[in-house]
Amino acid sequence: MSTDHVELRSGAYADSVTLLQVSRAVQAAPGVAAAQVAMATGLNLEVLTGMGFDVPDSSPNDMVVALRLDDDADLAAALAAVDTALVPTRPGSGDTTVAPPRTTGSALRRTGSGAVALVSVPGASATVEAMDALEAGHDVMVFSDNVPVAEEVALKQYATSRGALVMGPDCGTAVIDGVGLGFANTVRPGRIGIVAASGTGCQQLLALLDHAGTSLPGVGVRHALGVGGRDLSSAVGGLSTREALRRLDEDPDVDLVVVVSKPPAPEVAASLQEYADGLGTPVELGLLGRGQRDLTAVAESVLARLGHAAPAWPSYGSDGTGPASGPLLRGLFVGGTLCDESMLMATEALGPVRSNIPLSDDLALTDELLVDDHTFVDFGDDALTQGRAHPMIDPTLRNEQLARAAADPATGVILLDLVLGHGAEPDPASLLAPAIEAARAERRIPVIVSLVGTELDPQGLAAQRDALVAAGAEVHLSNAAATRRALDLIGARA
Amino acid sequence: MSDTTIVTVGADMFAEAVEGQAVDVERVDWRPPMPGTEADLAKVATDPRRTEANRRAVEAMLGVTAHLVDVAPASEVLGLEKGQFLHAGPPIEWERASGPLRGALMGGAVLEGLVDDAEDAVALFESGSSVSLEPCHHRSAVGPMAGVVTPSMWMWVLEDRSTGRRTYCSLNEGLGKVLRYGAYNDEVLTRLRWMGDVLGPLLQAAVRGTEEATDVTGILTQMLQMGDEAHNRNRAGTLMLLRDLSPAMVDAGFDSSDVADSLRFVGGNDHFFLNLAMPACKLALDAGRDVPGSTMVVAMARNGTDFGIQVSGTGDEWFTGPAQVAEGLFLGDYGPDDANPDIGDSAITETAGIGGFAMATAPAIVRLVGGSVPDALATTRRMHEITLAENPRWTVPVLEFQGTPTGIDVTKVVRTGILPQINTGMAGAVAGVGQVGAGLVTPPAEIFPKALAALAAQVPA
Repeated sequence: MSTDHVELRSGAYADSVTLLQVSRAVQAAPGVAAAQVAMATGLNLEVLTGMGFDVPDSSPNDMVVALRLDDDADLAAALAAVDTALVPTRPGSGDTTVAPPRTTGSALRRTGSGAVALVSVPGASATVEAMDALEAGHDVMVFSDNVPVAEEVALKQYATSRGALVMGPDCGTAVIDGVGLGFANTVRPGRIGIVAASGTGCQQLLALLDHAGTSLPGVGVRHALGVGGRDLSSAVGGLSTREALRRLDEDPDVDLVVVVSKPPAPEVAASLQEYADGLGTPVELGLLGRGQRDLTAVAESVLARLGHAAPAWPSYGSDGTGPASGPLLRGLFVGGTLCDESMLMATEALGPVRSNIPLSDDLALTDELLVDDHTFVDFGDDALTQGRAHPMIDPTLRNEQLARAAADPATGVILLDLVLGHGAEPDPASLLAPAIEAARAERRIPVIVSLVGTELDPQGLAAQRDALVAAGAEVHLSNAAATRRALDLIGARA
Repeated sequence: MSDTTIVTVGADMFAEAVEGQAVDVERVDWRPPMPGTEADLAKVATDPRRTEANRRAVEAMLGVTAHLVDVAPASEVLGLEKGQFLHAGPPIEWERASGPLRGALMGGAVLEGLVDDAEDAVALFESGSSVSLEPCHHRSAVGPMAGVVTPSMWMWVLEDRSTGRRTYCSLNEGLGKVLRYGAYNDEVLTRLRWMGDVLGPLLQAAVRGTEEATDVTGILTQMLQMGDEAHNRNRAGTLMLLRDLSPAMVDAGFDSSDVADSLRFVGGNDHFFLNLAMPACKLALDAGRDVPGSTMVVAMARNGTDFGIQVSGTGDEWFTGPAQVAEGLFLGDYGPDDANPDIGDSAITETAGIGGFAMATAPAIVRLVGGSVPDALATTRRMHEITLAENPRWTVPVLEFQGTPTGIDVTKVVRTGILPQINTGMAGAVAGVGQVGAGLVTPPAEIFPKALAALAAQVPA
């Protein structure tokens, strides 16, 4: 037999929402069939009556506690539940932490005017985030790859109309006022500006100029603005390259600008030359391509324009490098532009070479990365990074191919790169050196490494170099020099 | 080194690398957008019209001041004729109408003398002859809960003085067993008749006799600073309205007991001002309509079956999905099973940046949003993630007078997956029951990708 308990509490007050919550809590208490705790307003009295409670005379300022119990014995516990529920909850610390922003636009509302956005979300979502930055009047670096070219054009046209800069998409490297973004090397400040449609090309230049700067005070980089590998294609037409050049031209602290790019569309290169000629600041164009200079030659030319002779680019560990033991050159790269540069040089010396980023379509490697020919693989290419981290972070795939190439008796020389800087592995040589050592344990195959980095990089250039040399590699600071050395060794065999 | 802040969105290693250079980093807590929306998002993001269109829509919305200019029957101000019924939310037919909407229509049919017994109205609406249903929104009106408006009901008339545009809303009936929650018993009908015979004419006389037209937008500004969020709490607003109208009510020459009854009715109904807050919000949002390329939501409304939104750039098209059942607190021994899915045009308040969006300003009712004041602050802050602007007039003292989050952006909702937070009452699922509780609800997520797709389809090639 159920029993009702109804009591009035004069002078007690809680707002109606609190009381709804109290009622709900008490309803859940053991033995409670129904519960209603409410101020005795007309509406609430109606509800109570509707529930079958008999409420004594009251005023709207009274609190009514109405309980229906299956068993009288539970009354004390139920009333205790009412009292507990009526005590206001006071979170001890009062968590007032502000949640992190959920969009780039929201984040930029929290920063100052000069903030730069760095976008590395999946390519399908990168454009939206980048537009946030541009709309708010900020520059943006889009590290993401797999952004449709039409979206790249739309972003860059919008940016150009507002005097903002889009670095990327697929922009790996930038240095802004000394701050490295993406995969960037730490360099001495100076009065050179770089515009780069090529991430590792930019890093090679940063590394070479930094090395030269140790003996040539005043040589250093103020800004390195990446523009993305497609910027000088016909579709994009160099929109960001021009904006970057315009900015560096206006910067009174920049004396010389150098543009470095993967092979550009010829008509875009021509119009870029024209644009550069119209600027007040001298511009050195280092556009890779057949018959064009390599990056090291570009760096030397930059030094010459500043009135300096080029230093001897150092190499280490060459004593142990024997002659090539097979006819074929295998280039295994993490840097796309470094791979391009070496391929261009190799093609001149050896004839056509095969690659997953071929110089012409008929030279394409498909799934098979090792064929019976001179082969160059860019492990940073989009097709090989789908669903996995960039090889500067995850070296597994390249190390596998290194073992395969070493095991192939036709392999004469293995040419590798290793790129240091922010964003790269904290100790990449610790992963590559054992692989080199294992490869050379089979036979004393020459392994040439171009090591791109500076002494100020987080990994430490010297320590990385020493580890590679100890593993039996020959290490060069200049990728062109490394490639030339590899070609010499193959040539010596041929 | 550099005083530049870097905002990172994506791989955290880049944020760490920047921090390692002793540079300030602001990280975005990015998550993938709603499934399958990436291409539409990119297309709309790069729509060259969007930025300016949204700026114009927001500016137009914020530029509106709603003045109370009249009170009059719907037949006069909306041209509503016998047999024509307005209802809340997107368009719906009797066959799909929920319990509370049916209950309100049945009560309305009795009120208009179409039937003597409310139960007879069922056959009338089933036949569909001599009756028609139309959304309030299609006639510049908004209706709370079922939102049923019939020709004889008296309407608030609000006007934007700069354009002469007007919006309308019925008079609030109070809480509990009321028509808008689907109740239609004699008590409900008696109250409605009194409102038509006494309250409406008295308010008309008062409004017409008040020299300075009441600035409803201004009252909203003040009530937000007095602990109302103007959707589930309208206590301060109601009292300010009374302050403005009561002298003229007394002076109107009506029977003093009618005046006293009316003052008692208004003063005893904390939600009375809601029916002015709603059309004020609609008036502002209507100014932001029909801007090609704008992704701003201009209406959120529910009919008890469907939840619909309208977007500035897509005209009068409704994007709809199934209305959700609110989560919240229940009256008496009602429970979730008794509640009807979300209903009413009152989400116009959230659309305009108050209600659930201004939760931080109403600590007295924070228990509706999870129980604590920090939750309320977090709710308002979260809504800033999906809105285009802050309202400089409607500010929240406890958030350092930051303006309320205003102008819901379809793209931001789709990007973040954060759905608009709506404070709402809950109607009983069965016709005739009335209110069963109050709580929190969000729109069905899928309507935002639908609206986005329509916006993307309109982007000029």
